Amino acid sequence: MINSLGRKIPAFIEGIGRLEPFEGAYAKIRKGWMDEPTIPPPNKAYLPHQSKLCKSLEEAIMRSNPHDGMTISFHHHLRNGDVMLVQTLNILHNMGIRDITLASSSLLECHDPILPYLQDGTITRIFSSGIRSELGRAIAHGLMDIPVVIQSHGGRVRGIHTGKVQIDLAVIAASAADCEGNATGAHGKSAFGSIGYAVIDARYAKQVIVVTDNLVDYPCIPLSITQNFVDYVVEVDSIGDPSKIATGTTRITNSPMDLRIAKLAADVIEQSGCFKPGFSFQVGAGGASLAVAKYIRAKMKTKGIKGSFLLGGITSYCVDMLNDGLFETIFDVQSFDAAVSNSLFTNRRHIEVPAALYANPFNCGCITNKLDVVVLGALEIDVDFNVNVITGSEGYIRGASGGHSDTASGATLTVVVCPSFRGRIPIIKKRVHTVVTPGETVHVLVTERGICVSPACGDLAQNLKKAGLMVKDIHDLEKEVDLITGVPGPLEYTDKIVGLVEYRDGTIIDVIHQIKEKQFKLPV
Amino acid sequence: MTPKTAAQAGTFESSDVLFLIEPLPEKSGRKIELFSTVLHQYGESFNKIVTEMLDDYALTDIHIIARDKGALEPTIKARLETAINRSLQNIQQV
Repeated sequence: MINSLGRKIPAFIEGIGRLEPFEGAYAKIRKGWMDEPTIPPPNKAYLPHQSKLCKSLEEAIMRSNPHDGMTISFHHHLRNGDVMLVQTLNILHNMGIRDITLASSSLLECHDPILPYLQDGTITRIFSSGIRSELGRAIAHGLMDIPVVIQSHGGRVRGIHTGKVQIDLAVIAASAADCEGNATGAHGKSAFGSIGYAVIDARYAKQVIVVTDNLVDYPCIPLSITQNFVDYVVEVDSIGDPSKIATGTTRITNSPMDLRIAKLAADVIEQSGCFKPGFSFQVGAGGASLAVAKYIRAKMKTKGIKGSFLLGGITSYCVDMLNDGLFETIFDVQSFDAAVSNSLFTNRRHIEVPAALYANPFNCGCITNKLDVVVLGALEIDVDFNVNVITGSEGYIRGASGGHSDTASGATLTVVVCPSFRGRIPIIKKRVHTVVTPGETVHVLVTERGICVSPACGDLAQNLKKAGLMVKDIHDLEKEVDLITGVPGPLEYTDKIVGLVEYRDGTIIDVIHQIKEKQFKLPV
Repeated sequence: MTPKTAAQAGTFESSDVLFLIEPLPEKSGRKIELFSTVLHQYGESFNKIVTEMLDDYALTDIHIIARDKGALEPTIKARLETAINRSLQNIQQV
């Protein structure tokens, strides 16, 4: 099958099932309902005063009916500080459990130790928003027989509702919990803030274990995860290192290049017509995206504009803007640094939201639908404005879909910020390796070398030009950059599919092929 | 021809390249080692630049190690030319 972006999609994948090709960002949502039926969440019953406490994670897992072929899920709110995922899989491996489907909301560098389990058949399928580091490299080299499935944060919720991902066991790390399983990430020595991604896991998993390093007196508030969904509670020494939540993301960059791009992006937002009282705003936590917030903050102060809400991955910079009175509210699905959790805990205008409310396309309206402006990064973007945030220039899986396509589809103005080339590799391509976010949901590209406006945006290009901004045709910019860097030699791929990229509505927007190591010969 | 002395130019920074040059005994030929973050995409063009410049300087018995972090063509040429001139003691070391 060929999808509407011209990408070849197989009709069926062994171990995954039938695939539906992407037909446009709003093609399925426009109907007003979801065709796939939702599966019922499990029914359980507990007698009064029955204890949920287990002495160890091993005991809790043993009581949770571990079996071959099971699906196990995790959240990634502790980002690179997480230890529960690796520990749990070590336990399952030692029990001899095989053929596990791993359904983590994302995978980061700290999860590299599970690599041997992909080789020995302990883990045979992966659903995740992102894969990086050694795992991403090994998977791109074709380590797994069944392709990994990349889902957006909203799409993951849909996948669980439809039963595409049927979780047998959810292991939910919490920085505070009580004996009944009421749990939160908002306080405790390992506080990580919002636990938004895990809420759907708790609701749908056949067995739910809450793991905490801070067992508090009943009741644990706020009730981010509620006891009526939790089977077992375990106290451990440490759930992870919250100081590693923010690895490489949350500081405002000092890079002159990123700051220039951010300043241009803020100018674009100011001139776009979206920058007005009551506007809502989301920025990514990466270099140039977060820096846009710095310039927007200054512009809001100068012009006396007060916004409605900040959404998404929340950094301490967003908290500062809330405390400055520049925005009314923060909706927080994921807190990017440990400092954010205190605000989440104490400020009632800083609201924790589950992934379903944040971004699931199939309900009566997620918050991303209400978004005015989002600023997003990109590994690559092409002349049709399609964005790749999953595969790197060498063909490895080294990123995350995250909320990229969710927010892009919802926002009135989607701004992609990236340098025009990185380490000699041009970022603007004729065609991206892998589409994650379709070009029809992207409006403006801002690079240090010029601003490109999607032809679908009507007068926006003219308005920006009138305001004196450096607007260029994206085809011209692509050629300009190629002249600077030289045209890179093509990567070579085999026919084997190692990854499927799901769009948020469940259709397949692109596939990732196994890379062929080019044998590079030096001249003699 | 072979260089007079070992020499280097460049840095390990992103978008730069570090060249190390050392002389080899006569008739050893050229020994080029390239490590690059963009080997797959730009390895061929990198080698072309190096080979052409060595031809220009008529250098035959030379060992070159290049550690590239995505330098642009003018950067590669400038760093290599500097390294060669230093190895030929054509320019004053600062």
